[in-house]
Amino acid sequence: MTKHAFHRSRAEMLSERPPPIASRGVIGWLRANLFSNYLSAALTVGSIAVIALIVPGLIEWAFIDATLTGEIGKDCPSEGACWAWLDQRITQFFYGFYPPDAYWRVNVCIALLVPALAYMLFDKLPYSRYGRWFSLAYPVIAAILLVGGLGLEVVRTDQFGGFMLNLIAGLVGIVLSLPIGILLALGRRSRMPIVRMFSIGFIEFIRGVPLITLLFVAIILLPLFLPPQVTLDQLIRVMIIITVFASAYMAEVIRGGLQAIPQGQYEAGQAMGLGYWQSMRLIILPQALKISIPGIVNTFIGLFKDTTLVIIIGLFDILGQARLLQTNPDWLGKVDYETFLLAALFFFVICFSMSRYSLNLEKRLDTTRR
Amino acid sequence: MAEADAAPGGAEDLIIEITGLNKWFGQFHVLRDIDLNVERRERIVICGPSGSGKSTLIRCINRLEEHQQGTVVVDGVELTHNLKNIDAIRREVGMVFQQFNLFPHLTVLENCTLAPIWVRRVPKAEAQQTAMEYLERVKIPEQALKFPGQLSGGQQQRVAIARSLCMKPNIMLFDEPTSALDPEMIKEVLEVMVDLAESGMTMLVVTHEMGFAAEVANRVIFMDEGQIVEQNTPDEFFNNPQSDRTKLFLSQIL
Repeated sequence: MTKHAFHRSRAEMLSERPPPIASRGVIGWLRANLFSNYLSAALTVGSIAVIALIVPGLIEWAFIDATLTGEIGKDCPSEGACWAWLDQRITQFFYGFYPPDAYWRVNVCIALLVPALAYMLFDKLPYSRYGRWFSLAYPVIAAILLVGGLGLEVVRTDQFGGFMLNLIAGLVGIVLSLPIGILLALGRRSRMPIVRMFSIGFIEFIRGVPLITLLFVAIILLPLFLPPQVTLDQLIRVMIIITVFASAYMAEVIRGGLQAIPQGQYEAGQAMGLGYWQSMRLIILPQALKISIPGIVNTFIGLFKDTTLVIIIGLFDILGQARLLQTNPDWLGKVDYETFLLAALFFFVICFSMSRYSLNLEKRLDTTRR
Repeated sequence: MAEADAAPGGAEDLIIEITGLNKWFGQFHVLRDIDLNVERRERIVICGPSGSGKSTLIRCINRLEEHQQGTVVVDGVELTHNLKNIDAIRREVGMVFQQFNLFPHLTVLENCTLAPIWVRRVPKAEAQQTAMEYLERVKIPEQALKFPGQLSGGQQQRVAIARSLCMKPNIMLFDEPTSALDPEMIKEVLEVMVDLAESGMTMLVVTHEMGFAAEVANRVIFMDEGQIVEQNTPDEFFNNPQSDRTKLFLSQIL
């Protein structure tokens, strides 16, 4: 037999070897990440320059030159931030015009919110069986605490305000818009023409109209059409509009997820005799929702920030309180950015937490690399 | 359930009766006047060029595809628009797909227990025990707690077979079960199918694995252009094909 030049045969197979030790340490990291080429080095230097330009001034204004104590605006010298109002007004920023002797009811509500959310969001907590029931009962408990009844003094909803109002409207919107969005998304893909047409009409109409317009219609126009004995609480109307608005967006986000599920998954469910709702609940939605998490959280965050639009229809949420303080004669001309900074901080804490939770959830649900 | 033998000349115990079946995809006439009777415990291999309607035919048996003309009767129940009948038939008919179609968000064990728990209302513990028995039968009990994405193609297909068997079906449909597999994994899946055939399961298999057909089929059906061109025992089919189309097909794949 002739031997070709390319003839080889291995007597022994190579054993596995560890990968080469890459350059580690601070210098190695800097070189790889910040100064890997000219463009990246230029960007790094430029970014540092921008930070050096802005941050020291901000810190100086907000902290170093700031006035922390005082009774009225005159107590603040002109330079630096004026934080003197915080002491008197922080409660109003958070609770609005809620009666101060009932603040504890809001506090209890928020304290109970922590376990109620935790049992919905995380597995493997102790007593999770009872916890889930508590989570389901929470909205009722919260409503009674906030509004009153059952022996508690009644607080009118137009006394709600401040960040508490943003939180309430945002949470209601978040909790309700997901299920409604799921139903609309399924409806839009339904084989039943009426259901499909309704879903498409609803989604496209709501998405095609600005939220402010819808809020105006709900607050100002609707009472003109409805018979006078029908009254719907203003806050409830706002929550309905925000929920409906977010649901339309949610539906499209979830439809994107549904679209990504291969036909074979539907067929496998059908072939085993699962009905439509069983298939959706057990097979399709768990996968579709997982894919949609970034979009869902995106909508949640957008919705939460949109709650500040209630200022337009005369509700004093946290931005309303900020405006109120800025135009207050005692503080006029002394306080403006400070209040917005505080509001921004409140929103950032909540929105950033949502974003981190969604990353955590995505990792937890990733079944491909456990 | 009658324990009829499928041997030629035995008492007729039809489990599938298809008469005058026609189906169109839009204008395309995909199934044309199909008549097919399947006896209990019979093992049928369906082959033919792609686009010949073989997959569509077996998908009409559990109504993943709707037919427009003719009748399909499965285990005494006729497939119509009646949803109850469709559900009843799907409970008795297992199906294995070319792309496995395992549920990626559930473990292997959960894949196997899902339908028994939700469709047959079997208690969870019992469903898990049954599932483990079938996973043992397809020789991967040790993978029960893994997710499908962590298994090889051959392992996934064996899980898919076990998942179908957990519903204790009377009929198993296989839609090109080995076509998406690497060559070295085809054998492990075929072994499981041979084992299943020997246990007396009624099987309809769409496949190009002619070795499998020769080994286990009672009958080989050759389809082309939406019609049954030839059907015969494997022996006769391979050694003495009658139609020119069959001869051409066999010359191309053997």
